[in-house]
Amino acid sequence: MEIDPLIFRLSIFILSIFVGYYVVWSVTPSLHTPLMSVTNAISSVIIVGAIIAGLSGNSESIFNTSSIFGFLAIALAAINIFGGFLVTQRMLAMYKKKKKDK
Amino acid sequence: MISANLSAIFYLISGVLFILALRGLSSPETSRQGNLFGILGMIIAITVTFLSIGNFSTGFIFVLIFILIGGSIGAFIAYRIPMTAMPELVAGFHSLVGLAAVFVAISAFVNPEAFNLGVRGDIKLGSLIEMSIGAAVGAITFSGSIIAFLKLQGIMSGSPIVFKGQHPLNAIILISIIILIYLLCASQSSNLFWILLAVSFLIGFLLIIPIGGADMPVVISMLNSYSGWAAAGIGFTLENTALIITGALVGSSGAILSYIMCKGMNRSFFNVILGGFGATDSSTSSANKEQRPVKSGNADDAAFLMKNASSVIIVPGYGMAVAQAQHALREMVDTLKKNDIKVSYAIHPVAGRMPGHMNVLLAEANVPYDEVFELEEINNDFANADVAFVIGANDVTNPVAKTDPQSPIYGMPVLDVEKCKSVLFVKRSLSPGYAGIDNDLFYKENTLMLFADAKKMTEDITKNL
Repeated sequence: MEIDPLIFRLSIFILSIFVGYYVVWSVTPSLHTPLMSVTNAISSVIIVGAIIAGLSGNSESIFNTSSIFGFLAIALAAINIFGGFLVTQRMLAMYKKKKKDK
Repeated sequence: MISANLSAIFYLISGVLFILALRGLSSPETSRQGNLFGILGMIIAITVTFLSIGNFSTGFIFVLIFILIGGSIGAFIAYRIPMTAMPELVAGFHSLVGLAAVFVAISAFVNPEAFNLGVRGDIKLGSLIEMSIGAAVGAITFSGSIIAFLKLQGIMSGSPIVFKGQHPLNAIILISIIILIYLLCASQSSNLFWILLAVSFLIGFLLIIPIGGADMPVVISMLNSYSGWAAAGIGFTLENTALIITGALVGSSGAILSYIMCKGMNRSFFNVILGGFGATDSSTSSANKEQRPVKSGNADDAAFLMKNASSVIIVPGYGMAVAQAQHALREMVDTLKKNDIKVSYAIHPVAGRMPGHMNVLLAEANVPYDEVFELEEINNDFANADVAFVIGANDVTNPVAKTDPQSPIYGMPVLDVEKCKSVLFVKRSLSPGYAGIDNDLFYKENTLMLFADAKKMTEDITKNL
């Protein structure tokens, strides 16, 4: 009997929760704010769904209900991707060690 | 056009890169590289999506235009936002993830052919379940984050909004969401889909209004977690590995942060979620408060105490963020260090309005991260320190948490500030903190209250040093 592909995706999902659990516990508490902003940015990978939705129209009608929601979702996710990664970068650039030459 | 198998492999790679992005945050040295992994993962995911659709029609141009519009707004915000506003920003970003998930779900619901999910009115059952869960969680994330944003921004009062029958009402709505999903799957009715979305928006709103301002660290972490689960729900619908992995990562990350924050307040998750903390006891505590003597001083006294100290521990809190005093504070510390005084910073897990809030502010003010310590690392050092400088923190230093089992904050881990030889407490007035209780520390023999704005007081002390 074939295994339903859903089971494979469920396996990936469950294992990723465990990976996430151990990876996040090893994040140093002083970087918890960048952790939140970067998780924000990566969860915006939902943009792949938005792109599929946006391109769902055909050449005669680019805009239909489905693609309009897709385009809006693209814009929202893009705000998050650019905003999230850049603000994380900005924060991380500020974390410096004590200067030794004092 | 690339094959479905090849694109699945690339999605897997981008999922792995996202894991590495989080892994990088285990230390500040590796964190910047981690962020680059994250960006790379995102570029791969987007490129592969384009290639797998392979439809470079006019629609493609609009996709690029919308990415550009969103991207420039995002970049603009990222460069302009002050570090003190980081909690609002993160709450705002969560709401966008939630709304994007809702939009993608709507799009998939009205046009399932584009996603290979069957035809409208006859969507595959599994996909429909995943889609409606993703949409519902996304909607809750959206409206919840909006409320969190408004509370953090001060547009909405930070005090909890409670009314009679609140919890039964919420419970009924949550149960009705489950019933709606069941009915939706049985009937494929689009009306039920819209009702489901509306009810989910409503419950997101209702769940967050009873939660007070200082519980925001938990709320933000929780919404972070929700945004991950929403993404995972959509990932299952789209059969996309990158989204499933990311959703699981973000979901568990937010859940862990909520747990850490709850532990920092010694409260259960449910206690925070049910809300209303600090709303009821404030009237009683002010009524039976007896007048106790406090010692208050000025910048000159504080400077004198610190000049004669050999080690000083700084305890920053949300008040420092409000007063934007972090730069003034670092200048004061620089002067202290020139006089060979050892200075370190002690940070309570729930200081500020989001996890790690104080650390970012101190980093912004050029404080080296190896001078900043967490509660467990530094708590034993207070006994050996000469001066504790409490700036904008209150409840997290209250010794009552260790001594009075009647107190609402009893059992909460606190910084042992009172063990210091002397305590300087910068505060605008004697008003109780968020928990609505008096801080015993104010009346201790070795405490000197400095009644002033945090920033101004710090600057004055620096002048007097």
